[in-house]
Amino acid sequence: MALNLKGIISPYNALKQAGRKPHTVQYPYKKKEAADRYRGFHFNDIQECIGCGTCSTICQNHAIDMIEIEGLEVGPGDSGLRPRVDNGRCCWCALCVDSCPTGSLSLTKDYLYVSEDPNSFLLIPGIDNPDGQNRKSWISNGNSLLDYKRIPMRELEGQERVKSFAEVVLGYNEEEARTEAARCLGCGICTENCPVHMHIPEYINAIARGDDKMAVKIIYDNNPLGETCGKVCTRRCEEICAFTKRGEPIAIRWLKRYATETVENEKMIEEIVNPTILPPNGHSVAIIGAGPGGLTAAYYLAMRGFNVMVYEAKEHAGGMIMYGIPKYRLPLDSLDKQIEYLQSIGVEIKFNTKVGKDISFDEIRQHHEAVYIGIGFEVPYKLGITGEDASGSIQAINFLREINREKHIEIGDKVVVIGGGNVAIDAARVSRRLGAEVTILYRRRVEDMPADWEEIEGAEDEGVIIHPQAIPLEIITDENNKVKAIKYANAEMIPDPKGGRPRPKIIEGDEHILEVTTVIGAIGQEADYSFLPDDIKEKLEINRGRIVVNEDRQTSIPWLFAGGDIANRRADAIGAIADGFNAVKGIEKFILKEDK
Amino acid sequence: MREKETTLYLGPQHPGVTGNMMVKLKVAGDTVVKAETHVGYLHRAFEKLMEQRTWMQSFPIVCRICVPEPDPNEENLARAIEEIEGREVPERAKYIRVMILELSRLAAYMLWMGGQAGTAGLYTVPQWSVGDRDYIIDLFEELTGGRIYHMYIWAGGVRRDLPEGFADKVLRTMDYLESRLPEYDKLFFENAIFQKRAKGVGIIDKDKALEWGVVGPPLRGCGIKHDVRIDEPYEVYDKLDFVVPTHEGGDVWSRAMVRRQEMEQSISIIRQVIDKMPAGEYYNKVPNPLNWYVPEGDAYVKTESARGEFGYYAVSDGGLKPRRVHVRGPAYVHGVSLLEKILVGANISDVAFIMNSLGVCPPEIER
Repeated sequence: MALNLKGIISPYNALKQAGRKPHTVQYPYKKKEAADRYRGFHFNDIQECIGCGTCSTICQNHAIDMIEIEGLEVGPGDSGLRPRVDNGRCCWCALCVDSCPTGSLSLTKDYLYVSEDPNSFLLIPGIDNPDGQNRKSWISNGNSLLDYKRIPMRELEGQERVKSFAEVVLGYNEEEARTEAARCLGCGICTENCPVHMHIPEYINAIARGDDKMAVKIIYDNNPLGETCGKVCTRRCEEICAFTKRGEPIAIRWLKRYATETVENEKMIEEIVNPTILPPNGHSVAIIGAGPGGLTAAYYLAMRGFNVMVYEAKEHAGGMIMYGIPKYRLPLDSLDKQIEYLQSIGVEIKFNTKVGKDISFDEIRQHHEAVYIGIGFEVPYKLGITGEDASGSIQAINFLREINREKHIEIGDKVVVIGGGNVAIDAARVSRRLGAEVTILYRRRVEDMPADWEEIEGAEDEGVIIHPQAIPLEIITDENNKVKAIKYANAEMIPDPKGGRPRPKIIEGDEHILEVTTVIGAIGQEADYSFLPDDIKEKLEINRGRIVVNEDRQTSIPWLFAGGDIANRRADAIGAIADGFNAVKGIEKFILKEDK
Repeated sequence: MREKETTLYLGPQHPGVTGNMMVKLKVAGDTVVKAETHVGYLHRAFEKLMEQRTWMQSFPIVCRICVPEPDPNEENLARAIEEIEGREVPERAKYIRVMILELSRLAAYMLWMGGQAGTAGLYTVPQWSVGDRDYIIDLFEELTGGRIYHMYIWAGGVRRDLPEGFADKVLRTMDYLESRLPEYDKLFFENAIFQKRAKGVGIIDKDKALEWGVVGPPLRGCGIKHDVRIDEPYEVYDKLDFVVPTHEGGDVWSRAMVRRQEMEQSISIIRQVIDKMPAGEYYNKVPNPLNWYVPEGDAYVKTESARGEFGYYAVSDGGLKPRRVHVRGPAYVHGVSLLEKILVGANISDVAFIMNSLGVCPPEIER
């Protein structure tokens, strides 16, 4: 073999390197600064974090657990838990960061930690390393794995809507519902704000995986009027959805609507829910008022074997959801389907039976061991201005009831609605459908209106004019005592020195007159307790028009329970449903304890 | 007189490979009579773990299947999911992926060069090549946030766009590495010691190579032109201009020559990619990773890794998690069956040397 001279000499070329500067080791020693995107130890912005636990769920190494932090101020929509990272398990893949809905979690440039104590590898980001704030490197801004935009809901066009009472919201189709449901992280933060704590993540998950029937079954766990809530719920759950910090909340209400709407009739509901109805236990409960609260209490009591009788003054069940909510929001056939299902499993309703008139309260008391009152607020507040008794001056609550009964009411072509709640908006939108031009006068600013913002937007789309900071002064009538115009004054907002919401104050001299044919008052309602016997009224604790109840919805009279508007300030369907649901536990406790 | 046979246990502590495996050798004198590979020191059940993770949660797992070269794993899983689901990948992401894959090939070859030289006793080479590899690792750190495990390629594209000025940095690094190649030639490839050790050692029979399932540089080192990038181009390889070097001989030397020439090709590919990379999206967002139902179906995808054709078979039953992900890597063929065959007759001191030339990656054998 020939001598490979080149192969022996050429490696010596490497000697040239001896004089060169070393390229990886630096003298004097300098700690390497990590790259701008480096995935080092975690940092958590404790104030931004809501403790939803998505980081813990997504972590494929089970390196994150959620722990309680002492001294942490916990607001609404915050579980009070914060992530703790086991740096012995973490692989710094940053899936947790890229799926953090609030964006509070990030990784930092810190990568060096030496300790002999393995327990010290547990890091509570943001609390153990507050200075990490300045060393944040891997953040999810703009690169999140999550979808912050909800699937928009299809609706009738504003011009199309005012032509009829057809339902405005068209509902999700299957694909839209699956896509929207798939956005949900299942963290369950929302359930805290739901008065009845519906199993929201569970039914949304069922929709996401294509099991609509399971979703319906889960909804009926604690809400027998799921379809109603799917259409008209005030959805406080969505306010605290984990997505709200950076984007649009999951459309929880529309998903509930989608699931319940897949069920066509009451028979199908029964097949799907397949409720376990206990054999009769020989106890009897009376429910006064077939509103959402009364119906809920009746349904769950009937399932537990109680004999339940619902006394309803009107010809149809549903209370305010039947007579107060216009049909373009909640169609009659949808409500009928839900009520027929309740009746089919044993809820008995006596219609046209007004307690105090058709039957006395004492008689009810004699026949039943416990009574639940859910009569709602039916008596409207008066505006308290001159001309209120004129013909053409009506109350929204009466107006809506008669329209829902398909009665004709003459309102003319120029309507003014006074008030800023959902009832006011409903009255305004109904008036638009009857062909009138509508103006809403409201004392405060638009952002102060208690009505749902979607309702406000809907009204504006339909051509309702909203005139905020306007205080009615007088209804001007003609010689026949018929409404001719309304006089109002503009108001300015005066900040409350105590820090409350600003108050409107009339600007002197800034008065105007608006010619109208009808004035609709919608500034609130109260209850009518006249049916209660005097001895009951004496014993019953009532505070500012509302009956005082404990958490079992039990009043100061042990056998008497109450719920809905007359007992809680929420004044919405889901609040009443929660009262009915919780009263069931109270009634059961009360009656069955007596048994022992 | 026939020499007495002795049993020699080589490993499991890194006998010329990155990862733990053991070769039980029957030797007569210093000649291997029989080689038996023993694996099982590194089994982490990656395939099984994935069956209990959602699709996106599987990405931080697959990169661990090969430490020196994690990216083909991410690429394969991403492409398998995309094929099952029919998900489009933005053009820019495809270019970025090719850049990553070629950078990863260069890094893997740098590490191989160090190992190959180290097992031959030439210890200056690993000092250099590991140092130069660090420049590529620095690029990875800047781009992906991780030096070794990148978790960067995933279903729908890549995780982040290129940082500002990154392309220039890549080009500068390529210029530097290219300038280093002649120096490596002088130090290593032309080195008489290496040539003497490598030529005629660890020969793979060209007629048997295909039958045995040999792939990658060992196969091309037998003079057989086989490269997934050319045979079944994926991402944007069909839009790039490059050649697949082959070398006759089937020995350690041929495999080294193939890799040496491929380094030049990779540098050229990276330059082309940077040149042609379009602007636009880099990620076609997948649904919420916790609620992502990948439609029912299966896909077999393959990538040309630094060790050869690297395949993933993924099956979805329409659920949140993979029903099955099977990893078909070159390391099993090269590190178990092929190694046992070609070690027979080798010198003991060449065992680690031959192992290294095959590009064996034990964690990938065990998955």
